[in-house]
Amino acid sequence: MKQQIIVSGIGGQGVLFLTRVIAQVAVNTGIPVLTSETHGMAQRGGTVLSTIKVGNFASPLVRTGQADLGLLLWEANLPVHQSLLKADGKLLLNAENTGEGIRIDAAKIARDLGNAVLLNLVLLGLAVQKQVLFCGIEDCETAIKQLAPARFVEQNLAAFHKGLDSNK
Amino acid sequence: MKNQIELLMGNEAIGQGLIEAGCQVAAAYPGTPSTEILQAVIDRQEQAVEPLHIEWSVNEKIAFEVALAASYTGKRSVAVMKQVGLNVAADPFMRTAYIGIKGGMLTIVADDPGPHSSQNEQDTRLFCLQARVPVLDPSSPAEAKAMIQPAFELSEKYETNIVLRPTTRICHSRQNVSLEKPIELKRQADFEPNPTRWAATPAFLPQLHRNLNRHLEEIALEPAWQPRLLSGNESQPRTAFIASGIAYSNLVDLLEELGLDHTIDLYQVLMPYPLNPDFCKLMQKKYDRVLILEETYPVIELQLAHPGAVGKQTGGVPREGELTPDVIHQALADFLQLAPPAEKPAARRGQRPSLCPGCSHRTAFYTIKKCFPKGIFPSDIGCYTLGMNLGAVHTVHCMGACISQGAGFYQAYQQDDGQFPTIVVTIGDSTFFHAGIPALINAVIQQTRMIVVILDNATAAMTGGQPVPHMGVAAGNKPTKAIAIEPLVKASGVEFLETCNPYDHERFEALLKQADSYIRSPEGGVAVLIARHGCIMDPATRKAQKSFTVTIQDNCIGCEKCTSAFECPALSMDRTRNIAVVDQDRCIGCGTCIPVCPVAAIIKEEKS
Ligand code: SF4
Ligand code: SF4
Repeated sequence: MKQQIIVSGIGGQGVLFLTRVIAQVAVNTGIPVLTSETHGMAQRGGTVLSTIKVGNFASPLVRTGQADLGLLLWEANLPVHQSLLKADGKLLLNAENTGEGIRIDAAKIARDLGNAVLLNLVLLGLAVQKQVLFCGIEDCETAIKQLAPARFVEQNLAAFHKGLDSNK
Repeated sequence: MKNQIELLMGNEAIGQGLIEAGCQVAAAYPGTPSTEILQAVIDRQEQAVEPLHIEWSVNEKIAFEVALAASYTGKRSVAVMKQVGLNVAADPFMRTAYIGIKGGMLTIVADDPGPHSSQNEQDTRLFCLQARVPVLDPSSPAEAKAMIQPAFELSEKYETNIVLRPTTRICHSRQNVSLEKPIELKRQADFEPNPTRWAATPAFLPQLHRNLNRHLEEIALEPAWQPRLLSGNESQPRTAFIASGIAYSNLVDLLEELGLDHTIDLYQVLMPYPLNPDFCKLMQKKYDRVLILEETYPVIELQLAHPGAVGKQTGGVPREGELTPDVIHQALADFLQLAPPAEKPAARRGQRPSLCPGCSHRTAFYTIKKCFPKGIFPSDIGCYTLGMNLGAVHTVHCMGACISQGAGFYQAYQQDDGQFPTIVVTIGDSTFFHAGIPALINAVIQQTRMIVVILDNATAAMTGGQPVPHMGVAAGNKPTKAIAIEPLVKASGVEFLETCNPYDHERFEALLKQADSYIRSPEGGVAVLIARHGCIMDPATRKAQKSFTVTIQDNCIGCEKCTSAFECPALSMDRTRNIAVVDQDRCIGCGTCIPVCPVAAIIKEEKS
């Protein structure tokens, strides 16, 4: 099993948390994993990119045209990071309007749940529903329970399930 | 029992490795990409089986010296910093090469090729070559951790400081890493005075220098640190790759993707300096052509001096920036005459970073720029560098430079005709303690006339909120003595000192104007304003301040003052209606944008 994933957004949107959840699933399933994250200045609202490589890899970085899956939390990043995707790579976006890729207004769903930041897990739920990720529902739930602060676990799981049940 | 596997960031893996190796004194100054290393030591200190002192030092030089003396007592110690932090610690670092250490000492210096979050992309490995200090170059988080225990042993064997040099892509990568039980060394502090060493005068230095050179020759031959070979299949005879750090990992994945793995001999260099001379000879004998991939400067290439080398010196590998998989692909294609990589679409720039919604630095910069549209604005390293977006930051150089640069601007202007523009220096609280105090004393005694604004948000915000000396807390939230900024400023000879919350536009503006008249008065000198408001990323700040529902009324004239001059990221222009709108997901309801609007279109209401 090998999968290369990119998670793209802007600082403050929860890109890092989503990256950790996906990587934690790999660890829990006993698959080697490498991620690369953006920290520092760019986290102040600038464009941030995480890459996740699941399976036997040496480096966490993704080369142009090699990503199997793109999770975009910020639609405006599409022209910035799209070139990393394979020609047949899957693309999931948080977006209000229609266009390329599988789209969902994850921000709105998250806002209705009480916190716009939860859009990251809504998108994760959608990815699992569309079976474009290497893992399944329970794997993600376990990782979310492990990583979310105790008092937010329920809310986080709710967001994940909204994504799972959406767009059907 | 099987070892526990944890998903660890490179920096956490290093922190965990330090605890497992029995490190007893850990000192650091925060700086991206190194910060989470000491944080991990703090978070994991419960695992340590022996006493462990952890400190956020006031700067890197101090961190290094604290760790150094701890090592003199026979204990294991570490100093942690980012690459430019080593410039600050250069003085003790260079001498340590001659004098040596006692208990194992590591200096962990995180480089930032790119650079992503630094003022340059200097290569610590080249610094080590100049300082004559052995340096290790890990290629993954797991390898960085695995290097720590043997690095301490190497350090103790030769009584020499060893540098571990991870790069951003190691520091901020996560990987499944296995944990070990921390070892118990049972060492008691035992400093043996030996003035010919610890206080060596020039008379003793030639001998110490000879020892250093002999040690380096021996270290270069240490079996555990020799380049590792992944053999090829002779399909490309007399050709080899040499790589180190993340460039090695990138190359390994790339070769596999291209179906070229195990075709060409590939050497991974673990210790780029000192490089084994026998390795260099072997390379010359065995291979006609060698592609060398290393970040950021040609350190291996310099030592290898191979006539068939292709690298940064020959121009076969880009001299600037990261060796990303794409960059390596191009270099590899050129080297092996493969089909060139597909044309990449022109890189589009993403969203630029900006100060957080509700950040008090924004209101400070906005008011400074408003009061002195023709001013000169030296600034410094931290979140507040982003004051650039508001046109209120003209220079950013290195930690603490803004105060001395402000003084330099003043001297150069005033000597012409006595006239000078208003110079407003902005410096963060953490930066002020790090290197601002000597500069302030200097500015005062040189009779500089300028305004220094200390942006006091009670934390080292850029790096994620490490404690600062005036907070009265040390690493791991331990209570300690608080050292207030005001008395330090006064003791530096400053006679105009005021404090204000920059959220209060009016008062801050009035104080800036008062300060300007003061510096222009006969008895004037340096005026200091402390702009004090907690960092908005700190939940306590958010809790303590009122939050409103902020909206924009239809009388907005679309002047864009709030979106460009004030540039709160929660505000943007609705181009179809030509009015500003508030992004309620990002707005924190601080209301500081309200006074900015010329037509009072921004309003606030109590939250329902
Ligand atoms: S109230 Fe105004 S300044 Fe404060 S966060 Fe909201 S839009 Fe930005
Ligand atoms: S809200 Fe006020 S400052 Fe912002 S664009 Fe409209 S008129 Fe200008």
